[in-house]
Amino acid sequence: MKNKITALMLGTALSLATAGVAFAQDKSIKIGALSDQSGLYADLGGPGSTLAAQMAAEDSGLLAKGWKIDIISGDHQNKPDIGSNIARQWFDVDKVDVIVDVPNSGVALAVNNIVKEKNGVYINSGAATSDLTNAQCSPNTVHWTYDTYMLAHSTGQAMVKAGGDSWFFMTADYAFGAALERDTTEVIKANGGKVVGGVKTPLNSADFSSFLLQAQSSKAKVIGLANAGGDTTNSIKQAAEFGITKGGQKLAALLLFITDVKAIGLETAQGLSFTETFYWDLNDETRAFSKKFAARMKNGAPPSMVQAGVYAGLIHYFKSLEALGSNPHDGIKVVTKMKELPTDDPLFGKGKIEANGRKIHPGYLFEVKKPSESKAPWDFYKLAGTVPANEAFTPIEKSTCALLKK
Amino acid sequence: MTTITENAIPEPRRGTSDAMIAFVIMTALLLIVPLTGVYPFFVMQALCFALLACAFNLLIGYGGLLSFGHAMFLGTAGYFTAHALKVWGFTPELGILIGTLGAAALGVITGLIAIRRQGIYFAMITLALSQLLYFVYLQTPFTHGEDGIQGIPQGFLFGIFNLSKPITLYYVILAGFLLGFLLIYRAINSPFGEVLKAIRENEPRAISLGYKTDQYKLLAYILSGTLAGFAGSLKVFVAQNASLTDVHWTMSGEIVLMTLVGGLGTIFGPVVGAFVIIAMQQYLAGFGQWVTVIQGAIFVICVLTFRRGVIGEIAHYFKRSL
Amino acid sequence: MSINLQALFAQLLVGLINGSFYALLSLGLAVIFGMLNIINFAHGALYMMGAFAAYFLLNVLNIGYWPALIVAPLAVGIFGMILERTMLKWISGLDHLYGLLLTFGMALIIQGVFQNYFGSSGLPYAIPDLLKGGMNLGFMFLPIYRGWVVIFSLIVCILTWYLIERTRLGANLRAATENPTLVRAFGINVPRMITLTYGLGVGLAALAGVLSAPINQVRPLMGADLIIVVFAVVVIGGMGSIMGSIITGFALGIVEGLTKYFYPEASNTVVFVLMVLVLLIKPSGLTGRAA
Repeated sequence: MKNKITALMLGTALSLATAGVAFAQDKSIKIGALSDQSGLYADLGGPGSTLAAQMAAEDSGLLAKGWKIDIISGDHQNKPDIGSNIARQWFDVDKVDVIVDVPNSGVALAVNNIVKEKNGVYINSGAATSDLTNAQCSPNTVHWTYDTYMLAHSTGQAMVKAGGDSWFFMTADYAFGAALERDTTEVIKANGGKVVGGVKTPLNSADFSSFLLQAQSSKAKVIGLANAGGDTTNSIKQAAEFGITKGGQKLAALLLFITDVKAIGLETAQGLSFTETFYWDLNDETRAFSKKFAARMKNGAPPSMVQAGVYAGLIHYFKSLEALGSNPHDGIKVVTKMKELPTDDPLFGKGKIEANGRKIHPGYLFEVKKPSESKAPWDFYKLAGTVPANEAFTPIEKSTCALLKK
Repeated sequence: MTTITENAIPEPRRGTSDAMIAFVIMTALLLIVPLTGVYPFFVMQALCFALLACAFNLLIGYGGLLSFGHAMFLGTAGYFTAHALKVWGFTPELGILIGTLGAAALGVITGLIAIRRQGIYFAMITLALSQLLYFVYLQTPFTHGEDGIQGIPQGFLFGIFNLSKPITLYYVILAGFLLGFLLIYRAINSPFGEVLKAIRENEPRAISLGYKTDQYKLLAYILSGTLAGFAGSLKVFVAQNASLTDVHWTMSGEIVLMTLVGGLGTIFGPVVGAFVIIAMQQYLAGFGQWVTVIQGAIFVICVLTFRRGVIGEIAHYFKRSL
Repeated sequence: MSINLQALFAQLLVGLINGSFYALLSLGLAVIFGMLNIINFAHGALYMMGAFAAYFLLNVLNIGYWPALIVAPLAVGIFGMILERTMLKWISGLDHLYGLLLTFGMALIIQGVFQNYFGSSGLPYAIPDLLKGGMNLGFMFLPIYRGWVVIFSLIVCILTWYLIERTRLGANLRAATENPTLVRAFGINVPRMITLTYGLGVGLAALAGVLSAPINQVRPLMGADLIIVVFAVVVIGGMGSIMGSIITGFALGIVEGLTKYFYPEASNTVVFVLMVLVLLIKPSGLTGRAA
């Protein structure tokens, strides 16, 4: 179940001379990287997230100062039961301090409850659900990389500002799709755009052509894809078949990752717009990190935004522990410290963590390059717009998090 | 033609006493688990699946009906119990009752449809019905789609037993398991069970003897579904969530696998099978997707060379009925 | 409710395409069931292998779509025959349900292995140049590739029907199903015939896979959910007749397409609901013979 990837041992044996001193200045940290190691999200998080955690430990500078950092990893197989069992066992038996990554909203929320119950620390990078910092927020949780509200909001705002002011939605017919459509619609209207129509598509329908035909005849400037996973890739693929982007309509995916673009291929994905909060080719610092990262990945892939979030989240966690002087093994105390300190890391830049646990940073609207514009294997995006940190995420006064009610 | 279960040992003389001894050993082992240092949550989860597999086994092992959609009972009861506890604030015993009744109702409805066809068709129909239900649960608001129902309060059973204490929860789950297990054992050894076996062996003959075989099969199906639901309700207290995984066809496949590994048509086989498969999931999780491949390989090996399953082989060797 | 004819026709066409997949897959299931008496749960996995075969032919051997239409089903068909010889053969004579369990296990293995090597997100496969784009028929826009899929599957289905119902080979095959001992007495190699039949059924699934590769992402799990729908199609149509499974496949595709137009929310479930209705009204399925 737990897969000991690495045990980074530093410091001298002499420093652990007396038990009393060791307890007073507990400088040991145990990290559990809980992810989908082989399924749908494995490319996005998975082994790459464990690597990111490892690199964060190495780059933190803590090891040289006598701290001891252990990393274990686990595979939740996208099943909430298995995820919460692993998390519980990690706290009870393995004495893990912090759980990172956890893609898949169902599993992420299940683990959220366990971490709260066990007073651990939870830095979620992989899950999309906005609930983690709203209805189900917890004093033990930091939600780092992105959420559905941010994606919908940033994509909607940036697209309307770039002239895409009439929208047609293809919405996956369940709660997740509806939430994406609702959040996007809100910002489109707020920015003076309008929604001319939409269609609910059944989940996992292999064939989107009929819905795409409706979208095409709606004459909307932007077709918003409020869906995920296989539905998104299939609808993009079929949209290319019908020449929708060539006909002048823009395709905006509300939840898409670099790994998806890789899977679809530039030929098909070109011209597609969507938001991410990290891209390896954003600036010198992201490029430097990504080069180091890719060199250590089995398939040579640069970090996804989820993996980048694991790295950055842990860097900030280490910084907060250092400020505390030792590891109190008290989740609320550590997370409170994390919220106090401003964040600053090479991948997401300067930012902060709100009282509800939401990490705030800018959202970037990217457009997928044409095959002819792409010069390197992962050279996929051009930047089409930036939504500043304070506008990208749910405004704190609109958060329904119970922690905010004093 | 042979029947699906090769463990059809003609009533051995000492059968009942052998089973009694095995039952006492099993119960004793389970009672001392918390003292041994084995992680209790693992055992609790395995117990829920063991009961589920036993319920499934009642249908295939004794009724000869292969349901490839038994996850629908697990998931339905789970959702009902979770909703009752979390949204309506019901007590645990009422929550379990609602979940189990929900599964029973589902058993009546789907049973009336599925029982109209035999053999392979029955398997395909149950699979299709569970897939139908999967999509329904995906779209119904109360299940919260992919997020599932989370953070379910465990509460106090009968107002006294604090279920958020692992040790209390363990013994409550164990009691629930034993209750369900004994009920199934009782059903198998009742006149009802005898008729079921007769139908499985030779349905035309059972009909000619005047038995309304369809009614017996329907009853077995409902009973099996209800008990599977009971297992699903108990599982809510262990996992503290209810999610779509429990309704998915892969779960139905796992239930079949557990029973097959342990031994179709044996009394203790499904329990052993459930522990084996759950342990495999827990301790092989490092192998990632290979777990699926390993499960598939176990299916293939079991069907090709090991059709009696673990307990079935043991029982066959000692010529006992377990 | 005003009916938009153009959209309606478009949905019907889309329905026909899904119908072609249903028809090819349920036809394969029926062929296999007729001869081997097993329900091939691995059918969805073999369909997926067809799509992957097309991908590899193109990207590794540089063999394009057109040859792949023949080569991929052949390759996967041979793989199927190996499966039959090494595994399925050993359970003939046992309860049908063992066949279901065995092939379910095979499906898990195949899908798991592909997932390990290719991840879950899948691989791209482009539409062949000749079939790109679409035609405006006036009352609707017809994407050429989709039209091709419908026509080609129809032809393959009818050829298969002809092979089994109208040729000498098919006659032997049907005779072997009814009375293997007698057919063996006539000097016909029944086990070889069984193997070839399984290969044929598997080849049909793989062909459907190749046809779907340009429309759908080539993913390890692309056949996993589809097979359950096809099971429902088979329950509705009954596996007794070759023509029955073809017609049911196409018809259900159309019904699904209509549902997508009138009430898209239910288009995932409509086939299952129809199955329930058919079971309530005519339990033995539309084309008759009870199991």
